[in-house]
Amino acid sequence: MRNKQGRLDLNKTLYRKLYLIRSAENAIIAHYPENEMKTPMHMSLGSEAIAVGVCTALGKQGQFFCSYRSHAVYLANTGETDAFFAELYGKSTGAVRGRGGSMHLSSPETGFLGSSAIVASTLPPAVGAAFANKVQNNGKIIAVFFGDGAVDEGNFWESLNLASVMKLPILFVCEDNGFAVHTPTSQRHGYKSLPRIVRGFQCAVFEDDSTDVEIIFNLARSAISKMRKTKKPSFLYLRYYRYLQHAGVNQDFDAGYRSREKYKRWLEVDPVDIQRKKLIKLGKSENEIKRLEKQITFRVENSIVKAKSAPFPDQKELFDDSEFKFSREE
Amino acid sequence: MTRTITYCQAINEALLEEMRLNDRVFVYGIDVGDHKKIYGSLNGMEEFGPDRCFSTPLCEDTLVGFGLGAAINGLVPVNIHLRMDFLLLAMNQLVNMVANYKYGSGGKLRVPLTIRAVVGRTWGQSYQHSKSLHSVFAHIPGLKVVMPSTPQDVKYLLKSAIRDEGPVLVIEHRLLYDFAGEVQSLPSIPLGSGRILRSGKDITVIATSWMNVEALKAAEILETAGVDVEIIDPRTIYPLDEELIIQSVTKTRKCIVADLDWLNCGFSAEVATLISEKCFGNLDSPVKRIGFAPTHCPAARSLEDIFYPNAADIIRAVEAKLDLKPMDISREDFYNHVNKFKGPF
Repeated sequence: MRNKQGRLDLNKTLYRKLYLIRSAENAIIAHYPENEMKTPMHMSLGSEAIAVGVCTALGKQGQFFCSYRSHAVYLANTGETDAFFAELYGKSTGAVRGRGGSMHLSSPETGFLGSSAIVASTLPPAVGAAFANKVQNNGKIIAVFFGDGAVDEGNFWESLNLASVMKLPILFVCEDNGFAVHTPTSQRHGYKSLPRIVRGFQCAVFEDDSTDVEIIFNLARSAISKMRKTKKPSFLYLRYYRYLQHAGVNQDFDAGYRSREKYKRWLEVDPVDIQRKKLIKLGKSENEIKRLEKQITFRVENSIVKAKSAPFPDQKELFDDSEFKFSREE
Repeated sequence: MTRTITYCQAINEALLEEMRLNDRVFVYGIDVGDHKKIYGSLNGMEEFGPDRCFSTPLCEDTLVGFGLGAAINGLVPVNIHLRMDFLLLAMNQLVNMVANYKYGSGGKLRVPLTIRAVVGRTWGQSYQHSKSLHSVFAHIPGLKVVMPSTPQDVKYLLKSAIRDEGPVLVIEHRLLYDFAGEVQSLPSIPLGSGRILRSGKDITVIATSWMNVEALKAAEILETAGVDVEIIDPRTIYPLDEELIIQSVTKTRKCIVADLDWLNCGFSAEVATLISEKCFGNLDSPVKRIGFAPTHCPAARSLEDIFYPNAADIIRAVEAKLDLKPMDISREDFYNHVNKFKGPF
């Protein structure tokens, strides 16, 4: 059992990351209408505890792949907001030099190996990267994040099967928000329980409905230690509620496909809120927390200022890293 | 040192040599680890152990993505597909992921992934075991495409593909597997370098993959009529050795493109465009293109024989270009290479 100070430190770290993501997402909501961030936003609000719990549990030994809804994992992994916002503004100082925007974040130096706008398409490379880790015996562990929509795709089942039969060190993290864009699970799944099916594979399954980041952190730790012991992949099945529309920064409860009442119920267990309350219960003072929040908010706003004033990529960069040379254009 | 080995042995040598040189190289795919050893091209792989040559589940798209992940994380994968047609199942990973990954990482990641795919034309393979598709892949920024036609070229281009820091698709041809040819020890053959397969002065025939065999046969017969054909094998579809093509056509002033593919929107159209842009003033006549019949690939031999272009078609095209009377080719045996194939796959 973790001692009291240790638990407090852990929870403070977790809160700092949660608040960083929440603060960055709120800043996007505030600035998006200025029409300067010209990139399709797929917001992470509501899912923060999953990203923070899993990324913190893996730490430096973790390598991560994501879907197009990857802000939370990117921020939880990198802890930085300068290159993040610069990328959203399409600037040359962006995480991938203004080539990717919101849906294609990448930060190989911190282990964030990529995200993709094609549903389920980072699952296969995640399995291959896990194979490379196993062969090189480097102790690294892959975590691949995907939504419940990805589970409809062949790439998901093929990747789960391949990782299971090859016994690879990979953590599958299914973030189930109940909708693929606007289509509910009931219209997409011809089976009752995904975890039950995954249990039929050579893969350990862990599931929880909690939005408590500490619980998810501990669940991820259990999944990792099981993986180390059994040399088999683990599957983490976690539910959350997507606060905003599929793409964009607004709510869409008037569209009729889901109810505001359900959102309100999930809001009662908002991951940032409950972690804040927990910190106070564990002995942090309101002032201390506010100071922390203020620092983070300042950092985020500062990153936005820097991103806005950064230059767009020089037009000479159009052909950089493309390896495609078509001499007859000259 | 020059030795005579088959195309299949050349592939095998390239892999064995690269795997001995670099323990990060591994070979994987559907049926890769079984006793057939991909027509024998994987003989001797036992020396590397089961982590470096293995069979996988049947999931082409995921297997290509698997190679991407292994490549960005320190390994050098070679993924094999027994038929080019199967690679269509992997278009998402190949085109959306693999081709873009270096670019999308801001230039930080490299994808040293090699994909071998075999064009299946032998006999009776019909419409799902016979496609070439090189122009489809060469169209995509980020993918290199090589299409060797001789043991020498397949050996060294496969080695170059494995050593390249980006993704390379190596398109082999099933009928070429049993073809023997001289192989010299070379430092390397760089991707993007074509070669003059036969030097000549009267007309240029630019041929891809198996069509080089047909072109050589045609040139041999035409020589008896005093026609001197130059054959250019681009070897790499992308990047293309444009200079070699331009030089040859500038010299001969006449050009036929014999592509192992349909003509519509294909590589032959790209080559014809290149020539019209760069050699227009040096051309005596428009570029003539030869390729698959514009229909589906049949199984029945009677239909296959007219679906696939052959040496006779090249001879007739050359004669038309040079205003020659058609030779008597009724005694020529054009299909002897195909007749050697005994199947089943």
